[in-house]
Amino acid sequence: MNRTIRTIVAAVATAVFAFSAPVSAQQKVKIGFISTFSGPQGVMGQYMKESVELAIEHLGGKVGGLPVEMFYGDDQFKTDVGVQVAEEMLKKNQVDFVAGIIWSNVMMAVVPVVTGANKIMVGTNAGASPLAGKDCNRLYFSTSWNNDQTPEAMGKFLTDSGVNDLYVMAPNYQAGKDMVAGLKRYYKGRIVDEVYTKPGQQDYQAEISALRAKSPKAVFAFYPGGMGIQFLKQYDQAGLRGQLPLYTVYTVDEISIPAVKDAAVGIYETRYWSPDLKNAPTQKFVADYKKKYGKLPVFYGAQSYDGIMLIDSAVRAVKGNLKDVDGMVKAMEKADFKSLRGPFTFNVNHHPIQNFYLLKTEKLSNGDIEMRIQKTIFEKHKDSYFQDCKMK
Amino acid sequence: MTFSLVFEQLLNGLQFGVTLFLMAAGLTLVLGIMNVVNLAHGSLYMVGAYLALAAAQWTGSYLLGAALGLFGTLVVGMGVEVVVLRTLYDRDHLDQVLATFGLILFFNELIAIVWGRASLFASPPSWLSGHIDLFTGSRYPAYRAAIILVGLVTALILWYVVTRTRLGMLIRAGASNRTMVAALGVNIRLLYTVVFGFGAALAGLAGLMAGPIYNVQPGMGELVLIQVFVVVVIGGIGSIRGALVGAIIVGIVDTLGRAFLKPLMATIISAPAAESAGPALASMLIYLLMAVVLAIRPQGLFPARG
Repeated sequence: MNRTIRTIVAAVATAVFAFSAPVSAQQKVKIGFISTFSGPQGVMGQYMKESVELAIEHLGGKVGGLPVEMFYGDDQFKTDVGVQVAEEMLKKNQVDFVAGIIWSNVMMAVVPVVTGANKIMVGTNAGASPLAGKDCNRLYFSTSWNNDQTPEAMGKFLTDSGVNDLYVMAPNYQAGKDMVAGLKRYYKGRIVDEVYTKPGQQDYQAEISALRAKSPKAVFAFYPGGMGIQFLKQYDQAGLRGQLPLYTVYTVDEISIPAVKDAAVGIYETRYWSPDLKNAPTQKFVADYKKKYGKLPVFYGAQSYDGIMLIDSAVRAVKGNLKDVDGMVKAMEKADFKSLRGPFTFNVNHHPIQNFYLLKTEKLSNGDIEMRIQKTIFEKHKDSYFQDCKMK
Repeated sequence: MTFSLVFEQLLNGLQFGVTLFLMAAGLTLVLGIMNVVNLAHGSLYMVGAYLALAAAQWTGSYLLGAALGLFGTLVVGMGVEVVVLRTLYDRDHLDQVLATFGLILFFNELIAIVWGRASLFASPPSWLSGHIDLFTGSRYPAYRAAIILVGLVTALILWYVVTRTRLGMLIRAGASNRTMVAALGVNIRLLYTVVFGFGAALAGLAGLMAGPIYNVQPGMGELVLIQVFVVVVIGGIGSIRGALVGAIIVGIVDTLGRAFLKPLMATIISAPAAESAGPALASMLIYLLMAVVLAIRPQGLFPARG
């Protein structure tokens, strides 16, 4: 008796599944969004998710004219977990796109998994150089940048403004070395010393004492996340801020400013986007973001917003036929959407050709501390790896 | 490499050392007396930083905030002992590691729920935000000088409590032979709760002093915890004196290694080789030190008598 019931239930369930599955696949677009949502770095993922949700709200709750279902996955800042989450999204949730990912190492591992399943991967942060060069993939698009581009812009600015005596500091890991390599591609002056600190280091007082003893004319630093907050505070407490100009990349942003406040004032950064960028999509994004979340958005969010808009443009171009992957790739290559950075084009390696600006942290008349664009350093800047990409 | 730079780096090392000591003192007592491996010690450091920050914002006074933060961490520590650790004394170390690791996750998420994942702004009080002039002519942040002072004074108080008071006698006796202490009619349960609470308060003190220099964020404690374990191993488990000496050695070795290893190596080997080997070796230095101590004196430099 029990057995019969079980068989019937199983049969009904199978039938329901068999009939409903293709119908629902036609009806909505499923997007898997992977980021880091837990642990000390979880705050970046939170800003990205908020921006994705705002993008979908701006699209009227639909992506490419279809109802959208989002699956958020936490990679926990770990490569293996990222791959596992991506596989679950592809197999269990049957997503049509995978987007997100903060870390280059996670991205390098996840891209082959997604493209291997013939799905499109839209990277919205990590800018690993191999993916822009020899490992470029027709199914992989980036709405952010290549790692080297931002320090390249800083190097060019330093050379152009006559800085020729620079002290360089970065954490001792791959991205740290890459940032310095990018800087040196355009910075032509003397480097007083290159100091690599332990990744995740908390206290920089020893390095700051050594720095002061060498009395350079300027300092370049790359300290992302929590390292940046510690470095900025200690640089300020040592009385160096305002005395010795500090030029940074990925160190001062809308996430770190509330934690360091005045210690960030007067520091220069280079970036492709800032909340004060003068264009209609950015003004709408920033105003709505402030209204919804009560804080300024950060570039991690802006490029995630763009990622959703890019997917929207592709689904729209194939009129919702999500099986037409080739058609969607062709549509994406046109970058036919209102990007927050303004109009841009994709290079052959599916990485943006875009402007880079000089930003300075300023204390506004109302006491708020915000970053302000000073000038354009690069116009339509291409990354340094696209020649190695075999795609045409 | 002038004298004034070396002196300044020694001060930096000392400051790092006393911060480590405050953490290590609690950890080594808990490990030595209760025989519990407490991975969640870093969480108490974090709790101290958050409570002090919240209390300082609420009261508008740094000192009042610090006092409330300390008291709060003491209470949280005692609570953790009563609720979680009490059930773990008879289990083996693996179970303790598992349970206290669970506590880390619990506290990190709890803090994230209450205060959010973003880092909070903490600054030194205005009367400590300046500099002091060193006799060598260079300037040193007043706040860091204050940390050194507080750390050394706390060490002195601890020394007094442990060697000169009845509570200290019980603590030392507990470290040597807890069965005998219990047999002599001492309420060992209460003693454990008190010791754990004080250990927590010391970690909280380290955390609340670290807030303005470092980063007040969920998970901040785990970053220092590994170095604190190194201190405990070098100093000898259960020994306050060992924790103090170990912490100052680790603080100074780590700081001097970071500051001077690369230029020193550059005088022996080629500059590019020193460029890559220097920072790598500097970050390993305290672990090498620990390995050497383990090889020569496995019980640590100043093991608890017993």
